[in-house]
Amino acid sequence: MGRLGWSAIPFDNPLQMGASALILVGALAVLILVTRKGWWPYLWREWLTSVDHKRIGVMYVLLALVLLCRGFIDALMMRSQQAVAAGGAMGYLPPEHYDQIFSAHGTIMIFFMAMPFMIGLMNFAVPLQLGVRDVAFPVLNAVSFWLTASGALLVNLSLIVGNFARTGWLAYPPLSEIQFSPDVGVDYYLWALQISGIGTLLAGINLVTTILKVRAPGMSYMRMPIFCWTALASNLLIVAAFPILTATFGMLLLDRYVGMHFFTNDAGGNPMLYFNLIWAWGHPEVYILILPAFGVFSEVIGTFAGKAVFGYRSMVMATMAICVLSFMVWLHHFFTMGAGADVNAFFGIMTMIIAVPTGVKIFNWLFTLYRGRIRYEVPVLWAVGFIITFTIGGLTGVLLAVPPADFVLHNSLFLVAHFHNVIIGGVLFGAMAGYNYWFPKAFGFTLDRRLGLVSFWCWLIGFYLAFMPLYVLGLLGMTRRMQHYADPGWQPYLIVAEAGAVIILCGIIATVAQLVVSIRSRERRRDLTGDPWNGRTLEWSTASPPPAYNFAVLPRVDSLDSFWRAKQLGALRSPTRYEAIDVPTNSPNGFITAFFAVITGFALIWHIWWMAWLGLGCALLTLVSFGWRERTERTISGEQLRAEARARPAGTDFG
Amino acid sequence: MGEQKKTDHRAPGDAEGEGSILTYTAGLGFALALTAASFIVSQSHLLWAPGLAVGLAVLAIAQMGVHLVFFLNIGSGPDNTNTVLALAFGILIVTLVVSGSLWIMANLNGNMMPGAVMQEMQK
Amino acid sequence: MTAQVADASAVPEEVARAGDDGPAPVRVVVAYGFWIFLLSDIIMFAALFATYAVLNGQTAGGPSARHLFDIRNVAIETLCLLFSSYTCGLGSLFIARRRLRPFYVLFGMTFVLGAIFLGLEIHEFSGMVASGAGPSRSAFLSSFFALVGLHGTHVTIGLLWLLFNVAQVAAKGPRPFVLRRLHCFGLFWHALDIIWVAVMSLVYLMGVRA
Repeated sequence: MGRLGWSAIPFDNPLQMGASALILVGALAVLILVTRKGWWPYLWREWLTSVDHKRIGVMYVLLALVLLCRGFIDALMMRSQQAVAAGGAMGYLPPEHYDQIFSAHGTIMIFFMAMPFMIGLMNFAVPLQLGVRDVAFPVLNAVSFWLTASGALLVNLSLIVGNFARTGWLAYPPLSEIQFSPDVGVDYYLWALQISGIGTLLAGINLVTTILKVRAPGMSYMRMPIFCWTALASNLLIVAAFPILTATFGMLLLDRYVGMHFFTNDAGGNPMLYFNLIWAWGHPEVYILILPAFGVFSEVIGTFAGKAVFGYRSMVMATMAICVLSFMVWLHHFFTMGAGADVNAFFGIMTMIIAVPTGVKIFNWLFTLYRGRIRYEVPVLWAVGFIITFTIGGLTGVLLAVPPADFVLHNSLFLVAHFHNVIIGGVLFGAMAGYNYWFPKAFGFTLDRRLGLVSFWCWLIGFYLAFMPLYVLGLLGMTRRMQHYADPGWQPYLIVAEAGAVIILCGIIATVAQLVVSIRSRERRRDLTGDPWNGRTLEWSTASPPPAYNFAVLPRVDSLDSFWRAKQLGALRSPTRYEAIDVPTNSPNGFITAFFAVITGFALIWHIWWMAWLGLGCALLTLVSFGWRERTERTISGEQLRAEARARPAGTDFG
Repeated sequence: MGEQKKTDHRAPGDAEGEGSILTYTAGLGFALALTAASFIVSQSHLLWAPGLAVGLAVLAIAQMGVHLVFFLNIGSGPDNTNTVLALAFGILIVTLVVSGSLWIMANLNGNMMPGAVMQEMQK
Repeated sequence: MTAQVADASAVPEEVARAGDDGPAPVRVVVAYGFWIFLLSDIIMFAALFATYAVLNGQTAGGPSARHLFDIRNVAIETLCLLFSSYTCGLGSLFIARRRLRPFYVLFGMTFVLGAIFLGLEIHEFSGMVASGAGPSRSAFLSSFFALVGLHGTHVTIGLLWLLFNVAQVAAKGPRPFVLRRLHCFGLFWHALDIIWVAVMSLVYLMGVRA
């Protein structure tokens, strides 16, 4: 069994054992509940083997919400450790565990919370907004999701069996090389991310192809919703950037497993090459995260201000400009690491330039809200909170873009505050806005408004309390990732920060409560019109939830916001003719591929070579058998389509 | 069904009309010539030595172009726009990543300690 | 990887408007998706090319390119791959015209030429490892083996895929979904030759002259 042994289980660490026990008991409880209630056939048929983009989108978002909780627990632990470990105090987390916690926090939040959330929202909404039945490659879509889930599983397994990386969320060498990190931690990190990285790349290919080649009749590029434009830009970046990540992690794996010398200290290796390549991926990655959020805000602001978003053309151009520029700034993540003034100046100026199209977008949103008839529903509150918060975060970013300033602030808490400012204020607020906005479409009932407001205010107030002190601490000289510190003057700020974290916790609890309460009272808040927000784009022309095939007849599009226009002109018409359509059948391929991916990854981590070969071989067999199959679609007749349309509430089909 | 617009309805790699043996053979011929030229240029002293890298790069790019046009049928018609744009995007990213990396790493390496002192410290 | 998209003909009269006429045919969607995948693959190679360009001088006192590369071998490998691209292209012409015998012959030749390429490369690698110039000797050798090895891995996968495709043609005939996959294979195989042009020029030809 390779290097796996009983010592891999952390019997000597009560905190880790407790957490592991909690996870195992929780997982077991869920499995027992599902078995007792006889839900397995339903789950298998409707969710686990589904290739429907709506189902897959929901599963992505569910994964993200669960891992938000796991990543946030890490955050609470770090905050409470830092709040007490002042002067000579050592806190309650020994350094080797604290290091794993901040590494796991970053890895989980970026790769298994933010990415799945955004990909889930794009998966759900883009085909509906484009007026088509599904993404270009539905089975590949399922594979992508399950590979992402596999990576998430591997990261969480490290809590129970072995340990996680202690190298931060990017695992810089030489620390991450085999010589200085000989245990399984970095291997867990690398294999989990390689596996989920393949899933993400495939999702990127899928969505780019969908947006460019699979749209409703009449939907030219300049008639697409802005969310689809930002989805296009984001997925182009995925296709362009993730191969770099795969190559770089691949090289680190070769160093660790085969003794090669890409990033080692000796035999000619160059650790700085890792920095260069990983950030050539890493900077586009943050734009991959923020662009869909920008798209969500465009949709939400347009809907709740009752106006088309100001300046559609300039929004499109700003989006594509950000897409291209995001590949020209990556050195600003390592200004301090030896480049000369000319290189630093070039990348510093490019970083400032990329703020310009973002500014264009902010102004366009403001002009949309100005003189609009704003309805203060939960999604638009998140949008307004975003505009304020993200602007502050963006300003500190431009400040950091000045190399001399960055020499003082690099890797201080100022930096930590900046990126949380933009990621929480941008990505997370966008995720929550999209979640509240599209939930009724996905499930047929709205979310409880009051708890939504509680969640929003807790997040907003909690965020400022938790991160504004960190800006001050950064300027006072506190470095990031400190397990304890000498200066007691820093402690008050860290205590305030912890209070902020606790308030954010209340926000998360409110979100969970909102879901539970809404499900319980769902009959009362049913959405029968399919259009609870008086929306502008095509997804609101379907029933809530839409049928599996979205549109019995693909809508003909003759303008931007054609659904809105038709509503204004009173020209909504149900289809008259229903013709038979072909829809893809379910496929267990995604789930089975994930299963073998987990086995192979686990085996590689623990050097159980026979198991690795077995897992890989089975995955290959799955691929071949999947490729050999013939019957991939089933036909739904025109009569059945007509009957189903009749059974839906009136006015929920727009032909 | 009426007029079906042909915009963007050619798959990448679809040949104009039906494609022909002539196209592939011509492509093979050009590729062979460029390959031979690359070998000759690198093995002989026809090219000024410091210009060798540029010369080989030019020949390589030309041969890649031959492959794209003759084997992959990448043309310039309107139905090819998506394919060409995607290719252009890919080329842009490759250029940015490779040239950016080379510039940055050369700069970093140049700012390292002088060679002899470094080797002393590594012992 | 088959897609179900409503064909434009499923939509009644509303075609030929300003703008597009609905989802593209499956054949176009599949080929375009594969094209995007190829571009992502090329970017992955670009990262390794950049690595090679940065590290190729770091021989750590060990053997360098000039000592190791055999130009005659490279020339034969190049010709094999180039001709296999040619036979692959011709083969796809014939199966498009439903002429299966020439298709089998030409794809057989493609396989053989690709296998010769692979054999020569494996021979080269094992010779280098045996003489102490393996991938763990220096950063230069690590980056060489990774870059050229990744290309060789792609060729191996391509050969296996070729066999699978030919088996499908034999078992199921030249049906649309089989032809789509052959088309994607063709794109893949030509792209591999394009990458080899870069490897040949920047790694081998530059290396022996450096």
